[in-house]
Amino acid sequence: MTRRARFLTLAPLAVLCLTLLGLASADGAWLGRVPAADHQRTNPYQGQADAIAAGRNIFEEHCARCHGENAEGKKKRPPLKSQRVQQEASAGDLHWLLYNGNMKKGMPPWAKLPDPQLWQLVSYLKSLHE
Amino acid sequence: MTFRLTILLSAVLVSGWAAAQERPYFVTYSHEMEEPGNLEIEMFNVVGKPTGANRFLGSTVELGYGVKTWWTSEFYLDGQSTANDSTIFTGFRWENRFRPLMGEHWINPVLYVEFENTAADKVLREVVGHDGNADFADPNSVARAEHEREMEFKLILGSNFRGWNISENIIAVKNLANEPWEFGYAWAASRPLKLAASAHKCAFCADRFQAGIEMYGGLGDRYSFGTNQTSQYFGPTINWSSPHGTTLSFSTQFGLNDYSIPRLYRIGISYEIEQFFGRFHRGDQ
Repeated sequence: MTRRARFLTLAPLAVLCLTLLGLASADGAWLGRVPAADHQRTNPYQGQADAIAAGRNIFEEHCARCHGENAEGKKKRPPLKSQRVQQEASAGDLHWLLYNGNMKKGMPPWAKLPDPQLWQLVSYLKSLHE
Repeated sequence: MTFRLTILLSAVLVSGWAAAQERPYFVTYSHEMEEPGNLEIEMFNVVGKPTGANRFLGSTVELGYGVKTWWTSEFYLDGQSTANDSTIFTGFRWENRFRPLMGEHWINPVLYVEFENTAADKVLREVVGHDGNADFADPNSVARAEHEREMEFKLILGSNFRGWNISENIIAVKNLANEPWEFGYAWAASRPLKLAASAHKCAFCADRFQAGIEMYGGLGDRYSFGTNQTSQYFGPTINWSSPHGTTLSFSTQFGLNDYSIPRLYRIGISYEIEQFFGRFHRGDQ
């Protein structure tokens, strides 16, 4: 096999592998970036009805336009009732994501919201599976 | 054309519940960017009475758009009205802000680049060099003959800690007409009156108000760096964000030396339209 033929065979394979790798890590890759200390943080408002109601207001104001009125997702913006959000991600993971964003994927950081509001939002998001 | 204008106005008027969590700053930039796809329409006014000159009202209309999570672009139209003189359009500015680091850090840098073409400008969106009382003494007919084409650069540093936002700006301005570099600074700190949100939808809950302080001033130029013969301002500032995307801001700022305008009153109103271009896509309302 000549060098040119070898290149023409291997180049598409390499592109295919990189694409599959990219797709595999595209969604949920942020979970792997959450530091252990943040992963283990607990929600001070966990299960509190008032916090869930406040979180719902915050969601409507800041998140619904992209993620849908009922968090069902829109176009490239993921649904928040997914297994990843409801089961795989801990409350600490969600808080970390809200605080830092996932800027390469279009999710801005919401550090401008005070910490208690981020936890209220997490309370609401975690209540969506019920 | 009329149809497009109607659609545009309709989009603004029916946009409903929208996000607005603006900092109550008039001069200082925080590191927080416009959310991607959001369009913010703002109007800022400043009223002042320079020593030995006529009272003035400077106004800016600003359109800010979140291009990416890390890139915000804004366009300004400036004007001013001076008592016993005239009301004039003073020019335009185009700014871009870039956030180089992904995620939130202890200190978050943002790079700012602006081009402005103004004359007889009195909006005081920044104070640099030896800007001061004397710049407001000329009548508009004289002042507007001197065009300022400038490039402005800022290093914006911002931190959020326990509900507080602390922002610092370092400013460098180069007039393209072979004048020396001029420098300035601004810093501000603010906090919502209440950190947790209310469980009930309310327009005037404490968490919808933010209060803080702001200070800014000139730092001379390349040949005379420092605070000698520069104007300096300091004052409290407050804003209120309505549930429907409108934010009202107010500040009284005091000149700290004889070179400064004794008092400035600033009022701002902004309105944020979420996912502006998405409103024109079928099925995305």
